[in-house]
Amino acid sequence: MEFKDYYQIMGINRDASQGEIKRAYRKLARKYHPDVSKEADAELRFKELGEAYEVLKDPEKRAAYNQLGKNWKAGQEFDPPPEWDQGFEFHGGGFTGADAEQFSDFFESLFGHGGFSHGATDGFQQQFDARGQDTHAKILISLDDAFHGATRAISIKHTELDQNGQPRLKERTLNVHIPKGVRQGQHIRLAKQGAKGLGNVEAGDLFLEIEFQAHPFYQVEGKNIFLKCPLAPWEAMLGAMVKLPTPTGKIDLKIPPNSSNGQKLRLKGRGIPAREPGDLYAVLEIALPQANDEKTRQAYLDMKQKFNFNPRATLGV
Amino acid sequence: MVNDFLKIIQGEILEEEVKISLSQLCRLSNLPAESILEMMEYGVIEPYQHSTEKWLFKGDSVYRLRCAQRLKKDLHVNTAGAALALDLLQEMKQMRMRLRRLEEQLK
Repeated sequence: MEFKDYYQIMGINRDASQGEIKRAYRKLARKYHPDVSKEADAELRFKELGEAYEVLKDPEKRAAYNQLGKNWKAGQEFDPPPEWDQGFEFHGGGFTGADAEQFSDFFESLFGHGGFSHGATDGFQQQFDARGQDTHAKILISLDDAFHGATRAISIKHTELDQNGQPRLKERTLNVHIPKGVRQGQHIRLAKQGAKGLGNVEAGDLFLEIEFQAHPFYQVEGKNIFLKCPLAPWEAMLGAMVKLPTPTGKIDLKIPPNSSNGQKLRLKGRGIPAREPGDLYAVLEIALPQANDEKTRQAYLDMKQKFNFNPRATLGV
Repeated sequence: MVNDFLKIIQGEILEEEVKISLSQLCRLSNLPAESILEMMEYGVIEPYQHSTEKWLFKGDSVYRLRCAQRLKKDLHVNTAGAALALDLLQEMKQMRMRLRRLEEQLK
């Protein structure tokens, strides 16, 4: 078991006042709340923070923790000294709806698991007598999956309470059918695949948040898809029919004459399928051929002579 | 757990176009109707029509309710604050998606 430095986790000194601890907690809770944070490890940090605060905000637990001494380093192998908590009386009150099942072994070895009574808060964690807890996870799919639907095996780690009410980490694999037409950021609900209820009570639901893998040439925004379409200068100026890939197959796209760089051509209904499907936008990008031999240099020279063209006219020079 | 490998679980998308009733929403969000109506008063969720007897809500209300509930519990914001945070988060999500798309296009 690893030692946890609760002061380091909260970024405060060992002599911080109770007020400082509270302020540090509030600030970090906003930073690492999994619904708000963009940090990759937000969920883990938020849990650690909750555990650290649970100990440090309570003067009784804080004093007991301090007694372990300051020579311990975070991550160091740790076993609680025998009868380390002798002479401390824990009242266990003031448990602010934090999720005790999520606390580390380190916390449990010091303060036990069942010793705290849950306060009368209205969080999800307290509803033991109702159905099991709802759980959520992220799932990474390809754009192709969104177009055609797909079956994906996903593995989910979760904690489950056994018959004695002790949490156990379990991993399970689910075969999930991803319905056609899902979009980035949407949620899929899998009924009764969340945490099991205690006894014979109904299990909670599992919510999967959809995330798209980056694609080499399609970019997705909502239900619309964007695709860069490189054009030769003569194709853009004279008009052309060009071949273009789409997620449902190749198409011929008509480029009107005098098209300009960055212009978007909309292909209606070729975005992500839905009752009102999204659109596909071809974003025109004019590519210039290199002049690296006599013939091609001559072609550019001809252009220079034949066009009276000042690309900086709008800059007044 | 062998069964889980064979069984294919069908999910339902909770998207804007799906319409759900108040009682369904209670079940899906694990909240009593009073809390849901309070969340509605503060704009955490929007019903399709305000005047009818039978409320109908968008599918993404489930996520908004659950998120609001977590923000209230963990960060001690009130319902109006949770509604504001949700709207701003939604806007940021859209802006990040657009930024990512534009950055990709500039490559």
